[in-house]
Amino acid sequence: MLDERIIQSLKDIVGTENVATEAQDLLCYSYDATQMEFLPDVVVYPGSAEEISRMLRLANSEHIPVFPRGAGSGFSGGSLAKGGGIALVTTRLNRILRIDQENLLAEVEPGVVTEHFQQEVEKLGLFYPPDPASLKFSTLGGNVSENAGGPRAVKYGVTRDFVMGLEVVLPAGDIIRTGGETYKGVVGYDLTRLIVGSEGTLGVVTKIIFKLLPYPEAKKTMLTTFDSIDGAARAVSTIIKNKIIPTTLEFMDYATLQCVDRRFSLGLPAEARAVLLIEVDGDRDLIEKQAAKIHEVIKPLGLVEFKVAKDAAESEALWKVRRLVSPSLRDVNPDKYNEDIVVPRSKVPDVIRRIEQIQKKYDIPIVNFGHAGDGNIHVNIMIDKAVPGMEEKAHEAIAEVFKAALDLGGTMSGEHGVGLSKQPFIPLELSPTQIATMQAIKKALDPNNILNPGKMFPAG
Amino acid sequence: MKKGLIVDPLKRVEQELKKCVKCGACRAHCPAFAAWQREPAAARGKVALAQHLMKQDIELDDQTYLAMSKCLLCGSCVEKCPNEVPTDEIVIAAREALAERRGLTTFHQAVGRVIRNRKLMNFGALAAAILGPLFFRKVPATSGLRLRFPLPFVGGKRHIPQLAKKPFLNRHPEVIQGEPGKPRIVFFVGCMTNFVYTEVGEAALALFRHLGCTVIIPKDQQCCGLPGMSGGDLATVRELAVKNLAALEKYEADYIMTACATCGGALHKFYPLVVGKRNPDLLARLKAIAGKTVDAAQLLQQLGLNPAETGAGEAVTITYHDPCHLRTRGITRQPRELLQGTPGVELTEMEGADKCCGLGGTFNVYHYDMSLKINAGKSEAIQNTGAEVVVTGCPGCMMQLSDGLKQVGARTRVMHTLEILARKLR
Repeated sequence: MLDERIIQSLKDIVGTENVATEAQDLLCYSYDATQMEFLPDVVVYPGSAEEISRMLRLANSEHIPVFPRGAGSGFSGGSLAKGGGIALVTTRLNRILRIDQENLLAEVEPGVVTEHFQQEVEKLGLFYPPDPASLKFSTLGGNVSENAGGPRAVKYGVTRDFVMGLEVVLPAGDIIRTGGETYKGVVGYDLTRLIVGSEGTLGVVTKIIFKLLPYPEAKKTMLTTFDSIDGAARAVSTIIKNKIIPTTLEFMDYATLQCVDRRFSLGLPAEARAVLLIEVDGDRDLIEKQAAKIHEVIKPLGLVEFKVAKDAAESEALWKVRRLVSPSLRDVNPDKYNEDIVVPRSKVPDVIRRIEQIQKKYDIPIVNFGHAGDGNIHVNIMIDKAVPGMEEKAHEAIAEVFKAALDLGGTMSGEHGVGLSKQPFIPLELSPTQIATMQAIKKALDPNNILNPGKMFPAG
Repeated sequence: MKKGLIVDPLKRVEQELKKCVKCGACRAHCPAFAAWQREPAAARGKVALAQHLMKQDIELDDQTYLAMSKCLLCGSCVEKCPNEVPTDEIVIAAREALAERRGLTTFHQAVGRVIRNRKLMNFGALAAAILGPLFFRKVPATSGLRLRFPLPFVGGKRHIPQLAKKPFLNRHPEVIQGEPGKPRIVFFVGCMTNFVYTEVGEAALALFRHLGCTVIIPKDQQCCGLPGMSGGDLATVRELAVKNLAALEKYEADYIMTACATCGGALHKFYPLVVGKRNPDLLARLKAIAGKTVDAAQLLQQLGLNPAETGAGEAVTITYHDPCHLRTRGITRQPRELLQGTPGVELTEMEGADKCCGLGGTFNVYHYDMSLKINAGKSEAIQNTGAEVVVTGCPGCMMQLSDGLKQVGARTRVMHTLEILARKLR
């Protein structure tokens, strides 16, 4: 528990109504999408960078841990107050400060919800492509801190690729700006890229300058069904090899399709073993050509059905298959570990085969789907925690899945981050020197280890 | 009090509570979260609190009460939840647990007392109780009514509808015979139509008579009880459900028709949900009633109403608001199709037509400021369409929308779908 004196100081900084200490408040800020729970001692809703600066100065001098938090929708425990401390909630910082149509950029506060931002720029014919699955409720600050991805990454990249500059409050309370409003800029270290994806361990992001694009004229959605998982996996690299970069290339394996079909009867052909949901966007003429070309090049790969949406409603119907995946999975088993490995996209068939072997070895259902276009596969290890021994088995299986991804030149997490969930596995991917380098940076910026402590690096 | 008793109503939803994986998707759809922007107001927060109530590591105290009161039972989160967590059922159970533990608030006691009592209802006291503050502008400051319902959020700025001079139920015989071979319909009128928007009842009657239907309006029907559910007064809901069951079962009918989304929700969903679980026989009867319950617009379309024959009239631009308790039953297309098929009517969709208006039973009374805030977004969306009339299928929404529009000085009128469809019959 924090001293009453500290609580009072926090109230002096942000106002009494923006400090919550009731058991119910603490409980509601104790979790994220990992379902782990750690109670903070106090929840604070600051309203400006200056208030955050004063909060961090206080926390730094009193050595109180601070845990920045957006919507609390993370998949790795990155925002959880493990060990207790201050939950710093950014929801009040929710203004879009400007949308600059001449320079194709926008400046926002971190508490803006991703979809809201997208809708606002789209009204002006502009485009902010990053589309994490949580975009309807996740915050841009969270997206930046976790370097969120999404299906469109295959063509447009991830959050990092759109961040031009930041305002950041450093752990000791100093407010700095990184990057800026120009594409080019080579003076000094690239602190913007350092902060993006640092999971709230190096600073609290208080303003973000995003790059924007013109909104594409049209898009085309295709649902393609294959008679083998290998065919679908090979289709991914075949399409790219033919110089077409789709906006999205979403993959669903047989286990996924069965799950969805059991509940929502998709009416897929009996031979269906895997599905690719493909979308292209751009000029109207161009995407017609691309769609035709895609059909031509994937035909020999065991294609059994090729559906093209004629309009937005049909496109939505095709996307529905993908959206129904999550609600269907729990029919397999009540609990799941949702991992998000990435491999070079040519290695997608290999990694799928490796996962099949792991599944057989441990006799645990594993359901795979995800953003095959950039090699990012969501590996869902479905377990029932009530069954003794199953959770331990799952942990071993996860470690093997990670090793498979690393063996093939990939990474253990493409989007979700390390946080608490992947912390034990970090030494599989990073060398002791790499870890020491990162920890040196952390120590330089946060000598008292007050900002999101206990995350990312192995304990110690 | 024994510990086990406290969480008894929550036991009903024990399995459902486990389904929530805390993904946060509900934050995008919960109108209460949109208004407060704090997690305890979001569906996920309320589910988390209910989970901890089950574990008994938080108390059924003021703070829990406050969090659980911040729900409109609109069902938006349930529709959009990837894991289909029935947060509305969970909140109802938690409120019942809170009521069992703490007793009902003075206000909700009053609500229960009035909606259980037909005589009080006929004096219009129902309206004064449920909609208390709404009516206070017209009640002298010295009136006993004010003393009887000491409410925390009584403001003087509300705009309220007029009470009807004669309730709808007193205007018509119990059975209005139609043509032989045509459907027999029992009309569940609901308080708002009975006491305030009687013209909605008249429109319903005119339309179904136009189709040759026999319309039965049981005199002994009661309030549906949902205002009681808002405060966790499930005892009152159960009592009224049993009385309404008797009234509705009395006549052989093909359909039980409502022109109020909320009443329809009560008969269709909430009665079987909260009333029948301990009594299989009662549950079976409630389910039979639920199976026959249809919304008026839904039924009119099903029976092949041609709106050109009944609704044609002068040119009017409209926009349509989806009442939560129609939307969650999948009734969104039917009213729109009927309205669009009505000569003279031009429908423009508003942004967020499916978003809750902010009434939420007695939520509107306890959290009037937030209710207004939610409603303000609605008023803006309505005005942006430039429509002369906002049309909806729920008299509760009609009252809320009227209040909201008048607050912002808009001239937009509010009408029920049936009023438009029956323009030519009046």
